[in-house]
Amino acid sequence: MTDSILTVSNLSASIDGQQVVESVSFAMRPVGVTALLGRNGVGKTSTLRAILGLIERSGDVTIAGERVDREPTHRIVQRGVGYVPEDREVFASLTVAENLRLAERDSSPNRELIAELFPDLTQRAGQLAGTLSGGQQQMVSLARALVNDNRVLLVDEPTKGLAPLIVMDVARALARAAETVPVLLVEQNLQVVRMLAEKAIVLEGGRVVYDGSADYLLGNEALTKELLGVA
Amino acid sequence: MSTIVLLLITGLGLGALYFLVASGLSLIYGLMGVLNFAHGSFLTLGAFAGWELARRLGGESWVTLIASLLLGMVVGAIVAAATEFLLIRRLYNRHIEQVLVTVGLALATVALFDGIWGTDPIYVTAPPWLSQTTEILGARVPNDRFLLIAAAVLVLLAIVAFLRFTRFGLVIRAGVENRSMVTALGIDVRKAFTVVFAIGGAAAGLGGVLASHYFGYVSPQLGGSLLIFAFIVTVIGGLGSLAGAAIASVAVAVLQQFANYFLGGTGDLMVVLLLAVVLLVRPTGILGKKA
Repeated sequence: MTDSILTVSNLSASIDGQQVVESVSFAMRPVGVTALLGRNGVGKTSTLRAILGLIERSGDVTIAGERVDREPTHRIVQRGVGYVPEDREVFASLTVAENLRLAERDSSPNRELIAELFPDLTQRAGQLAGTLSGGQQQMVSLARALVNDNRVLLVDEPTKGLAPLIVMDVARALARAAETVPVLLVEQNLQVVRMLAEKAIVLEGGRVVYDGSADYLLGNEALTKELLGVA
Repeated sequence: MSTIVLLLITGLGLGALYFLVASGLSLIYGLMGVLNFAHGSFLTLGAFAGWELARRLGGESWVTLIASLLLGMVVGAIVAAATEFLLIRRLYNRHIEQVLVTVGLALATVALFDGIWGTDPIYVTAPPWLSQTTEILGARVPNDRFLLIAAAVLVLLAIVAFLRFTRFGLVIRAGVENRSMVTALGIDVRKAFTVVFAIGGAAAGLGGVLASHYFGYVSPQLGGSLLIFAFIVTVIGGLGSLAGAAIASVAVAVLQQFANYFLGGTGDLMVVLLLAVVLLVRPTGILGKKA
């Protein structure tokens, strides 16, 4: 297990007393993109939130071999976890620059990388994030995660609700990020998963039902339909 | 005309007092979702601390007044931060327990103050200029109103500058909007909670010393009586909005003064009616966010 950057063992989680993740176990490779897939409502987002301790959970979570499941969320993130939440969750009343400054965890943030990946954000630094388009807000959300040197990125539905052109921009940014940091990606758009992911983990009923090659899963129409409900 | 001017400036002075209490309440609720019923105790303790200092140094000196204002702020800030650290921190997201603890603390501290300083009002002394008046457009306006207004404006500007130009301010503004996302960026938002309590306590402590000069006395009930209107102001302004608290403070106090004078002492009734109208027409308050 030491060659895994993130391991999850018997992870269960609940929201308002309702169980949303049940005994999930998997290990994530320290390179590339690992896709966390499943039908709607199987607990993909909850799994990411449970890893971070944002919802009530039990089970073991390790990052680079160190147990983190007894630590508060901010400590887990400080260990080098970047998080891009579903629905972006940018701070609408803060400017783009303030959103990024807030996310900076040390004195040497990756501002040049952000400027290179998202030149539009540099031009809109003084604009309130709440006035940006959905695609631009997603850029802010991704940039917040990439502004630090992380050991792993947890990225939740980054292309949800975006126009096709923007989807490709987001995919390119993620591919670039994955060159230096492993990414656990929750994504409904299978075209994006095909582009980015080498490995796939599929959840069903809150449990892992597939853990293997993304190419094999998505290349097998019957298996894809059986596990994901789409081809 | 002179009556209008007098009522207006007196209303602004009273509004300044409301703002000093409401600013802390609003920030604390906005960031932490805590309705702090013990906030009036920070004000009362600040007022007594200021009075104790003035009693020892001689209350008629400006140096004493400034020192008592600073002491009130420091005492308010320390007690508020300690309250957050020792009591409230364990109760985030447990709203019923928060109400029980803060109401209990408010009742207990009033009893404590009764025990230490007695139940009777204690009259305060101040630099003679504060007891004098200044003529503006024919109205003879008590000078302490100017001190109140200046203090509230300074506090407003200081809090705005703190929120806009400091890292803690950035964390607080973001936390008011989405606390869990701030945590998910690796920030220990609990430190911001303590800072916000301290800021609110400092403003309340300052307000306590100023209130003792506005009313002419200090008593264990001083904070409680102002807290009711501060809560109304906070709700009308919009929970969590500093600018809303400032606007509502002035609106409530000026309405109160005019209604007391022109409508037969119905100021408090008019304020409650204004609260009802705002809640019916705009339940989130003037500048409050939609749920």
